Amino acid sequence: MKKSKSAYSEPGKFGRSEHHIIVVWVDNETGVLARVVGLFSGRGYNIESLTVAEVDKKKHISRITIVTSGTPEVIEQIKLQLTKLIPVHKVADFKRNDPKILFKELALFKVVSSKKNQEKAKKICKKYNSIIVDKSKKSFVIQVTALRREIDKLIEVLGPLGLASTSRTGAVAMTRGSRVFK
Amino acid sequence: MGKVFSGAEIVFKCLEDQKVKHVFGYPGGAVLPIYDELKNHKSIKHILVRHEQGAGHAAEGYARSSRKPGVMFVTSGPGVTNAVTALTDAYMDSIPIVCISGQVPTHLIGTDAFQECDTTGITRPCTKHNWLVKDVNDLANTIHKAFEVATTGRPGPVLVDIPKDVQFKKGKYKFKKNNLNKTFNGGGNKKINSKHLDQLIKMMKQSSRPIFYTGGGVINSGPEASKLVRELVSLTGFPITSTLTGLGAYPGDDPQFLGMLGMHGTYEANNAMHDCDLMINIGARFDDRITGKVDEFSPKSKKVHIDIDPSSIGKNVKVDLSIISDAGSLLKSLTTAFKEKNKNFLNSNKQKTSNWWKKIEKWREKRSLNFINSDTVIKPQHAVKRLYELTKNKDTFITTEVGQHQMWAAQHYKFNKPNRLMTSGGLGTMGYGLPAAVGVQIANPGKLVIDIAGEASVLMTMQEMSTAAQHRLPIKIFILNNQYMGMVRQWQELLHEKNYSESYTAALPDFVKLAEAYGCVGIRATKPSELDNKIKEMIDVDKPVIFDCEVDKGENCYPMIPSGKPHNEMLLGSRDEKEEVSDEGKTLV
Repeated sequence: MKKSKSAYSEPGKFGRSEHHIIVVWVDNETGVLARVVGLFSGRGYNIESLTVAEVDKKKHISRITIVTSGTPEVIEQIKLQLTKLIPVHKVADFKRNDPKILFKELALFKVVSSKKNQEKAKKICKKYNSIIVDKSKKSFVIQVTALRREIDKLIEVLGPLGLASTSRTGAVAMTRGSRVFK
Repeated sequence: MGKVFSGAEIVFKCLEDQKVKHVFGYPGGAVLPIYDELKNHKSIKHILVRHEQGAGHAAEGYARSSRKPGVMFVTSGPGVTNAVTALTDAYMDSIPIVCISGQVPTHLIGTDAFQECDTTGITRPCTKHNWLVKDVNDLANTIHKAFEVATTGRPGPVLVDIPKDVQFKKGKYKFKKNNLNKTFNGGGNKKINSKHLDQLIKMMKQSSRPIFYTGGGVINSGPEASKLVRELVSLTGFPITSTLTGLGAYPGDDPQFLGMLGMHGTYEANNAMHDCDLMINIGARFDDRITGKVDEFSPKSKKVHIDIDPSSIGKNVKVDLSIISDAGSLLKSLTTAFKEKNKNFLNSNKQKTSNWWKKIEKWREKRSLNFINSDTVIKPQHAVKRLYELTKNKDTFITTEVGQHQMWAAQHYKFNKPNRLMTSGGLGTMGYGLPAAVGVQIANPGKLVIDIAGEASVLMTMQEMSTAAQHRLPIKIFILNNQYMGMVRQWQELLHEKNYSESYTAALPDFVKLAEAYGCVGIRATKPSELDNKIKEMIDVDKPVIFDCEVDKGENCYPMIPSGKPHNEMLLGSRDEKEEVSDEGKTLV
């Protein structure tokens, strides 16, 4: 065992880590993103992806979607700590595998390759609501919306077909059906 | 329509409407317009400190002892960075502070201007909230909101950063009444769920080994909460222990009080926490100095946690029942329930808890706070005990620095009232006590204010003696001088093979001469026989005093939860010292 002389206790047992999507409604004011992100870094929470934009122009409300992972206790703390921030209005938390929730991520791929490979690549993307947003003789840029793991997979598959550049957003989430998170 | 005021005037109008009487601060380039305006507001007294950290701790001492928010002015750049320690300290101990800082003019922000720093960036993690005010018309609202955020829910520090040009600009002023809604902590003002209350009462009725564990939340809730704690404890006949910051909520000399708990808590308090079957935590936060290794913390108990801050629940320890509430309102409902519906509880429950009390008495017999006194050298514990005996009949306010002396003060000074102990609990800030005493004395003129200090800690903010002298504050700095950073030395002795690396202070100043240099009074005690008379002399002087109490250099602070052991295996002092600490244990101090 490593000989340590810390004045603090040893870590206890860790619970199982789960993926969650945390949605935060905040006042769109200076520094609000820094407060949210600072809370995560300061308390050692994880951020896998982060998406933020104003969703209500009149009330200046921004919606922040954060994909994170942690034990159930940590996820609970994240929610409670976020709720304490002054510009935060409400916090929603969804498990990544919750069937009642829609998750989407948007990605842009630039493929530079031969005609043949270009066609192959387009075909592969078709399943994911793909739209060609730009094309030239040697290349095209395609937009897809899909789940995170699907985009991960696409990057893998498109690689050999001439994938030259990838840009992707973090996840955005919404409840299915008529229910709205209050 | 309407009169217009300069930003600086608006600052003072806000302070007046918030009924602020005292401001601690230090002027500088970026707050000069505010300082210029000071002369026009006679109801607000400014206390000039010698360092911005001192302003912060003084504001903390003021807030803790008066239950009003502490207000401070600092300038931009170094003024703010110096205040950061105090803001963090207030954040950890939930003390309401409103810090108003100057900033370089708006057009220079971001240019690395002279004395510029990213104030809101630096203070974001050590305040409840902060604001940079770029429009003078937002200023009044922002400052009033700042007071509201600082004082409601779980209290804490806030900062309002005002660029110099905004202090000059003219704007309107309107006072929007502070509606004191307590929603700023994620819903801390929700009504207590009666089901939860019933469940708690049921648990209390079923328990045969109960204990109350109360903390700073009871003090923060106000004197009424302390009264109710006393009532509840006598209605139930349960034992009670307290955290460091909660001392005074329950009388320290009452037989139902088991003393402080935690790393240097009493044997009976820690054993009772370990063996209880019901733990009722009111306004404490399961700090790591209390729990030790969480996995082995009080294994057989059902735990109830009452806290105003929802994020305190489940942060460190899993609990069986949680109630989000102000300590006072919960105590009110609980005492009412016991007075009205369960009148006979005390008598009917006596039988059930009698074995528990017998067990507690057994632990008490260990007399874990005992020490071997001496005729030749002053034992630090003895010094604190004598100080207590000679001041207990006065309404005495105690502040402390951080270290062994702090623990001895907590162990041997019996606090009987709330808001009488001002100590840096969460952050453990050496140098806290002297400036805090300044703030306490400002808030409580005519009262006896003593900083129980260590010579190492007190040197960190010694410059504030000059503040005390300037404002004629007869604070007493009672230094337990062992020439070591005592707690560091103790840990080095126990964990680092007595390698006293850098914990001995060579070339200490002559504290008596130092006091005289500040225009204060210096007193030195070296022998136990002269201690009482010298303490009396200190109390009688109507001037700031530095009391240099030369104590045993090698004394360790016991009892102590040793390394790697659960709460029920405490070290009791010199008779246990020979016991070897296991390697694994060394990590667990």
